[in-house]
Amino acid sequence: MIPAKFDFIQADSVDAAIEALTEHGDEAKLIAGGHSLLPLMKFRLATPAYIVDINRLTDLKYVRDSGDHLSIGALTRHCEIEKNEMVTSNAGVLAQATHNVGDPQVRHRGTIGGAIAHGDPASDIPSALLALQATVVARGPEGERVISIDDFFTGFLETDLREDEMLTEVRVPKLPDAKWSFQKFNRRAQDWAIVGASIVCSENHAGVGLVNMSSVPFRSEAVESALLDGANAEEAGDLAAEGTEAPTDLNASKGYREHLARVLVRRGLQEAGR
Amino acid sequence: MEVSIEINGVEQSHDVEPRMLLVQYIRELAGLTGTNIGCDTSSCGACTVLLDGESVKSCTVLAAQVDGMEVETIEGLADADGVLHPVQQAFHECHALQCGYCTPGRVMASVSLIKENSSLAEDDVREGLEGNLCRCTGYHNIVKAVLQASEAAT
Repeated sequence: MIPAKFDFIQADSVDAAIEALTEHGDEAKLIAGGHSLLPLMKFRLATPAYIVDINRLTDLKYVRDSGDHLSIGALTRHCEIEKNEMVTSNAGVLAQATHNVGDPQVRHRGTIGGAIAHGDPASDIPSALLALQATVVARGPEGERVISIDDFFTGFLETDLREDEMLTEVRVPKLPDAKWSFQKFNRRAQDWAIVGASIVCSENHAGVGLVNMSSVPFRSEAVESALLDGANAEEAGDLAAEGTEAPTDLNASKGYREHLARVLVRRGLQEAGR
Repeated sequence: MEVSIEINGVEQSHDVEPRMLLVQYIRELAGLTGTNIGCDTSSCGACTVLLDGESVKSCTVLAAQVDGMEVETIEGLADADGVLHPVQQAFHECHALQCGYCTPGRVMASVSLIKENSSLAEDDVREGLEGNLCRCTGYHNIVKAVLQASEAAT
C-alpha cells in the first residue's frame, strides 16, 4: 500500500518545523516515528499535502532530572524511555507502559511526543501520563506554553495542540516512593490494549488512567477520590467504569470493556499494595 | 527527490518519490529481494531490517527519512566467502524455518535483540520476537536457534 502524494520537508530545527506548520496549516503533518501516521496514510485515511520530518531534531532527544520532575524531550524513543534508569526509578509506570507499546521494532522508532500528539485513546502511554499527572510543553510561533495532561486530549485523535504548534517536551513528576502498576488486556502479544490501566499510589497521590475506555485517554476521578478516602482495591476497582464511554468494536462490547476496567483496576491496585 | 542510503556497506543513490517506502527502495531500486513484504501494516515483521544497527519495520519508514543513514538487510549478514552469520547458522542447525517467508525479517530482529541483550533467557527471546509472526507456527525451534546464537556470541 502506498500513501497519497505529498511533499517532503526535512526540518533541521524546531523553528523550521514550526515555520513549515505556520506556512501550510492543516495541510501539513509532522512525522516522528511514523508508526501511527504512515498506516493512516497508506489506508488513505490521512492525506496530508506536506510531511515535515522531525527525526533529525536531536536536541529533542533527552531525559533530564529537573528537580521535582523529569523532563523528557518529545523525540525520545520508546526504546530509550523503557530502559532509562531515571524513568524506571521515578516514574516506573511510564517505563512499563512504554515497554508494552507494540514490539521492539516499533519501540525503536516510536517517540513519546508522537504517542501523545496522536491523541489515540487506545495508546498505552497517555494512561501513564494521566496517572502521573504530567504536563506537556508545546512551542509555536509565539513561544512556549505548558498544558496540563488533563486538558491535552480534547477528542478522538484530537489534542489541544494548535495547527502551528509542536509538542517539544513532557514533564513527569518524580514519585520515587509511589507504588504503581500497569495492566493491559489484549489478545496477542503486540496488539493494542482492549482495555489497559495505569495506577500510581502514594501517601497523598492517587492516579488512575485508563486505555480504550472513552473517545480520549481517560482519567478515572471516581477511583482516585475513593482511594484518597481510604477505599481498598476491591471497593475502588468497582468504580472503574464510572464516567467512561467505552466503545464497542470487533474485539469487545462496551459492557465487556467495563468489566475489564473493573478487574484490571482492582488487580493493579492490589499490585500497588492497596 | 534524491535519496542516498548505504545498504550492506554499499552507497546507493536514487531519485524517488517522497512517498516511497524503505522496503520498496530496498527491493525495487537496490534489487535486494531478501527482505519480504508481509502484512504491509507494521504487524508481521517480515520486512525487518537494521537501520543504523537497530531493527525496524521497513514498510513503515519512508525512504526519504533514511537519507544518509545505514541499512543492513539479510543479504549483508553472511561474509564474502558465504560463511553464514552465527544467527543464520543457528537457524540452519536448529531447523528454525519451514516455509522461510518470515525468516529474513526474523533473523534481522534476532541480530538486533542479541546485540541489545547479552544474556538472553527464553522469555526474553519470546518477548523480544513478538513483532515477528510465523504462520508455520515454528516458534519453538526459532527460540532454540536464537538462544544458541546468543550463547555463541558471549
